Amino acid sequence: MLGKLDWSAIPFDQPIPLGAALIVFLAAAAVLGWISVKGYWPYLWSEWLTSVDHKRIGVMYIVLAMLMLLRGFVDAIMMRTQQVLAIHGPGYLPPEHYDQIFSAHGTIMIFFAAMPFMIGLMNFVVPLQLGIRDVAFPTLNSVSFWLTATGALLVNISLVVGEFARTGWLPYAPLSETTYSPGVGVDYYLWSIQISGVGTLLTGVNLVTTILKMRAPGMGYLRMPMFCWTSLASNLLIVAAFPILTATLAMLTLDRYLGFHFFTNEAGGNQMMFVNLIWAWGHPEVYILVLPAFGLYSEIFSTFSSKPLFGYRSMVAATLFICIVSFMVWLHHFFTMGAGADVNAAFGIATSVIAVGTGVKVYNWLFTMYGGRVRFDTPMLWALGFVTTFTIGGMTGVLLAVPPADFMLHNSLFLVAHFHNVIISGVLFGAFAGFTYWFPKAFGFRLHEGWGKAAFWVTLAGYILVFAPLYAVGLLGMTRRLQHIDMDIWAPYLKVAAFGILVMIAGAACQITQLVVSIRRREELRDDTGDPWDGRSLEWSTASPPPVFNYARLPQVENEEPYWTVKQRALEEQSPADEESYEPIEMPRNSPTGFITAFFSTLIGFALIWHIWWLAIVGFIGAYATFVVFAWRDHGDYEIPADEVARIDGERKAAELAWLRRRERVA
Amino acid sequence: MSDATGAFSSDIAAGSATSDAYRPGHGHGNAHGWATGHGQGGPASKFVTVAYGFWIFLLSDIIMFSAFFAAYAVLAKATAGGPTGKELFDLTRVAVQTGLLLTSSFTGGLATLATQRRSMAATQFWLLVTGLLGAAFLFLEVQEFAAMAAEQAGPSRSAFLSAFFALVGCHGTHVGLGLLWLGTMMAQLWVKGFRPEILRRLHCFGLFWHALDIIWVAIFTLVYLLGASS
Repeated sequence: MLGKLDWSAIPFDQPIPLGAALIVFLAAAAVLGWISVKGYWPYLWSEWLTSVDHKRIGVMYIVLAMLMLLRGFVDAIMMRTQQVLAIHGPGYLPPEHYDQIFSAHGTIMIFFAAMPFMIGLMNFVVPLQLGIRDVAFPTLNSVSFWLTATGALLVNISLVVGEFARTGWLPYAPLSETTYSPGVGVDYYLWSIQISGVGTLLTGVNLVTTILKMRAPGMGYLRMPMFCWTSLASNLLIVAAFPILTATLAMLTLDRYLGFHFFTNEAGGNQMMFVNLIWAWGHPEVYILVLPAFGLYSEIFSTFSSKPLFGYRSMVAATLFICIVSFMVWLHHFFTMGAGADVNAAFGIATSVIAVGTGVKVYNWLFTMYGGRVRFDTPMLWALGFVTTFTIGGMTGVLLAVPPADFMLHNSLFLVAHFHNVIISGVLFGAFAGFTYWFPKAFGFRLHEGWGKAAFWVTLAGYILVFAPLYAVGLLGMTRRLQHIDMDIWAPYLKVAAFGILVMIAGAACQITQLVVSIRRREELRDDTGDPWDGRSLEWSTASPPPVFNYARLPQVENEEPYWTVKQRALEEQSPADEESYEPIEMPRNSPTGFITAFFSTLIGFALIWHIWWLAIVGFIGAYATFVVFAWRDHGDYEIPADEVARIDGERKAAELAWLRRRERVA
Repeated sequence: MSDATGAFSSDIAAGSATSDAYRPGHGHGNAHGWATGHGQGGPASKFVTVAYGFWIFLLSDIIMFSAFFAAYAVLAKATAGGPTGKELFDLTRVAVQTGLLLTSSFTGGLATLATQRRSMAATQFWLLVTGLLGAAFLFLEVQEFAAMAAEQAGPSRSAFLSAFFALVGCHGTHVGLGLLWLGTMMAQLWVKGFRPEILRRLHCFGLFWHALDIIWVAIFTLVYLLGASS
């Protein structure tokens, strides 16, 4: 009846996961209880959970990403402390638990923290920057989000019911085959990634279509903001790379569930094929994560230097160059496979060449600042922290691209330090920068600057303190994923890194404090103008938070910086641009389809992990029924009458006029 | 021919006539005659957007198949002492299957033409024929799989057979899901008539069905013809 599931799945004998699960459970119960007591359920259901508004979905993605970022950070803290406590000793995490921790850390950080954060930012910003009302497929967007949330939920269920994979964040075969991983850990990994991967793929389809087919009138390709360009490249990579992940994990699933022999040791299976296929997805994946960050850094450098972006066209070219070449370097993840000197040399050179595209971008950012009036607000600090530390990470990457050096350094903490060096400064700092930059647009008030700056400096210090020693200890020969350490020479470095993680905890505390303080003081941090940073692209031309339809009239785009032009013209003429009459707007109706799909896909995932076949069938029937009910509905859109549009837009215009008057007095 | 083109553009118009949420204003969004979706003209019509998005999805699906093709190419000789393609493949059956699927694509095209004439009876008839041909294809494929499994040549026998069953089975699963979609679609068309969203979905179904044909041609060539000859 319940497949492999019984009481032994609950780890009653392991206090750490049980305690952690208890805390998570109590926190979730407290939040749900608070919502119930306050009577917020109807609001939450109709305004958020069933919303198909790209802005709301973007915010929900980011909330999910932040929660999972905390979960992944706790795993990181456990790893660093375990390695310090386990010098000539057992530490506090037994090997089978430690292996789950580092697997969960990587899986969560990539799939459920970095991906949703970047997708959330793209979801929120791209339609605003393109000057349109929503993405191409709003309900599909909601389904994508909820499928991602399903994956995250399944990973967290594995904390209490059963176990998570012990194979690392990429389940290399044959270790991940049933022979060596008979438990449900790898199955949790497979189904949570497979379900959220479908969500990611649909997001890719959605955003590619949005960017290529739905721009405001006049916005030719070379008038798109840089963030839209990098989002386009990133989503093209999603469309081209995620199907490979789906196929690879499907093959591993067939091996595990139906006795196929894709990657097994016997009957002709080929283990290196798994490594090749998974990295054919995996390398583009790192660019999927970092390209949107490159885009938002470009926006931030330009805005806070009060200058147009330097070398816009070369930036576009570099983005597309990276987009294509990212598919030609995957073998550098396993030079030691033994493909031979020629193959390794070709991939080593390709890897070095891809750094040229990034180099072009770095110089463009520097030249954007050159000669500008640079303002050091929090988003700009994150961007500056990025460009300095990311360059170091990029250089160690070029070092690792040299196959003979890689033979010495692969699988060491030098490698671990390298990819954290690029991914933390590239993606995580980018996430924080974008979060601080667009937060006022989403909620109508700024984040507290003091706490934001404190968070930046403390996080930067902690990040250097953690990873500089790891580079050194990697050069001293320490391999990754060690549960205990017997080498005294490594000990001082590990202690510095553990101290560094304490500093990073302080940085995270600053971030949380910043959010709490900002929400409590939101009235004094309020921004009425919709343009708190003196921005240049279209999203700053509408109100903060934007109305559901974003723009009362679609903007007419005349150049690369449409809002800057309009703003300068308004300042010269001392009056906002005249608006003609308003017309009714049709917007897509909210729909619970996404939420219900997530419910059934959670059932399907859980049932397949535990071999509860009847429940999986029930889940599939439910998902199909949801699809049919959605397809059968008669009214997908509702109309906002012209009067209502005029009223909402009137408020924005009044604020704009007040802003003009203030500027006039200052001048 | 000119008739068909005219009907097609009338589909595009129908797609955007009543429920396009993204047009700037009502009716005069494209008054300048600029190409929509390319910048100057503003957002494309809903018909174009939906069809374009579905194309992007199909491309991603083809990339997924390419991973299965790659795996098959790597494992094709890894028979582990078991039966080879030459011993297993029955080209007559595969020829019949190919005929059925290609014909179903043709009848699917006839259904599209009937849609453009707004003929409910003809559309339903050709959709039904398409579905029956697809079902016959699937029946032959299941029969082939069952026969191979009975000869101790199931997917667990060797890596070659694993890759074969996964690749061909993945295509078969697509055909099966396509049939489910087709049935749902016929019911919807029957109840709701030729409404813009139904026309968009029929168009997407057509794209999907033809894409499955393209993939089958690759399977027929790379798996069956090469496998039976070497």
